[in-house]
Amino acid sequence: MRNLFFILTMMTGLLMTAQTSIPSVQIKTVDGKPFNTSDIVFDGPVIIDFWATWCKPCVKELNAIIEEYEALAEETGLKIYAVSIDNARTSARVAPFVNTNEWPYIVLLDANSDFKRAMNVINVPHVFIFDKNGNLVEQHTSYNEGDEEHLFELIRKLGKE
Amino acid sequence: MKQILTFFLFVVVSTTLVYAQETNTKGILSGNLQVDGAYYTDSLSQSQRPEGFGINSYANFNYNYGKFTAGLRFELYQPPLMGYDTKYQGMGIPYKYLSYKADELEFTVGNFYEQYGSGMILRSYEEKTLGYDNALEGVQLKYNPFKGVYLKGLFARQRNFWDYDGLVRGIDGEIVINDALGIENTELPYLSIGGSFVSKYQDPQNTTLNLPGNVAAGAGRASVVYKGFNLSGEYAYKINDPSADNNYTYKNGQGLLINATYSTKGFGVYLTAKRLDNMYFRSNRNASATSYLINNPPAIAQEHTYSLSAMYPFATQANGEMGLQSQVSYKFKKNTPLGGKYGTKINVSLSKVYDIRRDSLDEYTAIGEKGTLGYNSNFFALGDHWYTDFNIKLDKKFSNNFKGSLTQMYQEFDNNIFHVGGYHHVIYSHITVADMTYKINNNNAVRLELQHLYTKNDKGNWAMAMLEYTVSPHWFFVVWDQVNYGGFGNTDNIEAFDEIEHFYNFSFGYTKKANRIQLSYGKQREGVVCAGGVCRYVPAYEGFMLSISSTF
Repeated sequence: MRNLFFILTMMTGLLMTAQTSIPSVQIKTVDGKPFNTSDIVFDGPVIIDFWATWCKPCVKELNAIIEEYEALAEETGLKIYAVSIDNARTSARVAPFVNTNEWPYIVLLDANSDFKRAMNVINVPHVFIFDKNGNLVEQHTSYNEGDEEHLFELIRKLGKE
Repeated sequence: MKQILTFFLFVVVSTTLVYAQETNTKGILSGNLQVDGAYYTDSLSQSQRPEGFGINSYANFNYNYGKFTAGLRFELYQPPLMGYDTKYQGMGIPYKYLSYKADELEFTVGNFYEQYGSGMILRSYEEKTLGYDNALEGVQLKYNPFKGVYLKGLFARQRNFWDYDGLVRGIDGEIVINDALGIENTELPYLSIGGSFVSKYQDPQNTTLNLPGNVAAGAGRASVVYKGFNLSGEYAYKINDPSADNNYTYKNGQGLLINATYSTKGFGVYLTAKRLDNMYFRSNRNASATSYLINNPPAIAQEHTYSLSAMYPFATQANGEMGLQSQVSYKFKKNTPLGGKYGTKINVSLSKVYDIRRDSLDEYTAIGEKGTLGYNSNFFALGDHWYTDFNIKLDKKFSNNFKGSLTQMYQEFDNNIFHVGGYHHVIYSHITVADMTYKINNNNAVRLELQHLYTKNDKGNWAMAMLEYTVSPHWFFVVWDQVNYGGFGNTDNIEAFDEIEHFYNFSFGYTKKANRIQLSYGKQREGVVCAGGVCRYVPAYEGFMLSISSTF
């Protein structure tokens, strides 16, 4: 019986390895085109950032990332998918919002929070960082002024791998 | 014998795992946990329990193995936090599902959420902060037969606290014309059209009225995107559905929503118009509040997040409303007189909502009389004014370390309709919010929020100051005080208290990766918390709150 317990523990251990793939969920791009989340391409590090137009820390974080975005994209091939969880009330506002802020990210609309649920996100902002092989390297929730420095460092490290 | 069995099991399991790893389809277990606990030292109102504990907790587990995903959610309310419906009391696993997904086909049995179009005839979703969850239980099918063609169907019951009942059936189709026709020229307009049909069934038990057992609703939608323009619309129609919401009248329901936006780098404009008439759609005709809702027509007014600007929040009136919301935003470029060194953003927004016009059917029938067709309504005629919100927001970065925003807002709020607190008259208010952040160094920052609400109605004036100190990446500390200094004969509300009342809060929290813990102590004012057009009443209380959340 003890052996059985051991095997079950081992099995659970093997199964509970880090998330290596992104669940496939059908959502939309900011201009209304269908987008399947399993089509996210890994040419370099990938950031999936859950946000909303009404979430101030989310907007602050995405505004802070802009500072280094161009340089990082060039150096490492970084791609940022900014997934808005705005519902039908505010989702039409996302395109003007993104343009006014001059965000260079790939913006997706998850109007009924299907992708949010599949990624186990509780509150926004919630940021997932993947390496170029699609392995989840880190995730964090909430944003404090200055958090972006750590993010830039991590992306540069991943770019060199 | 047992050893042989164990060995056999070991071989089977390890072979499966090795094989699974080689084919790179190893199973993945993931999930999250949220615990919100409170210890109330004083309820500050007579109707609630005076003191004691409250806890809401949720844990989700999802297991994915190749094309299969299974999951469940454990929920516990022992007892529920103040402001949540006491019908949640208890614990259990109200949400569990198994789904299979191949390339073009996906089906789910058990529980799921779904939205057709903008949600005008079907939206099942959860919003834990509001205690709202109308999950479906049954079977759901999604099929993508050709490129650009998306079909969905469902047959289900609806969640109502711990039970599932009612009967809902729905189909939805969407055709993305450019994809379906293989048009790859991105210079051409991008078109898509869609339609949905939803029906519900409830035994027509009533003896005095001839009630329909089946009630159907249909909706059609279209959207066109061209360069920076995006125009989309949805029209919904519901056949007669006598219910507690419409005083058991037989008028058909209809809804129209139009969104138009144009944006380009540094500029955006947004306009939305909506009209709803008799569009409550529930799987139980006798239900009220947020129970058994099948649909969720989007609210039209802007959603506010600053505490005082959210004091009088708009909520959708599905029985009938019409309104407009428009917004213009612009970024003054860097190194221009108004832009300064870093650029300045300006955002101007206006929302206006009215009742629909209702005229009696004839001289013998009162408007909305039970068992009749209810009323006549001219599609374009406005009824009473309910809500106005006009606001201007400026965002400016002054230096590398200092940035801020300033918001000025004017609001008219007919509390005879929205019922926030006991003052059921129109509330006129002016709200000012200043929000400033100063970065001390790379890791330390302070943020100061100053808010003021001026009104001669309801409880009168409010002022608020909040100070937040953050240490990246782990710590935050917040202290605020909301002061109601409204009464003193300045308001027309005789119940407004004639003394200064403080509602304060101290909190701090620690975040590491996707784990977060927060502890606070404070005195909470009575109010309404809203998200996505649904609102929840929160009674006043004083006490400690502990929140833990983790994603794994």
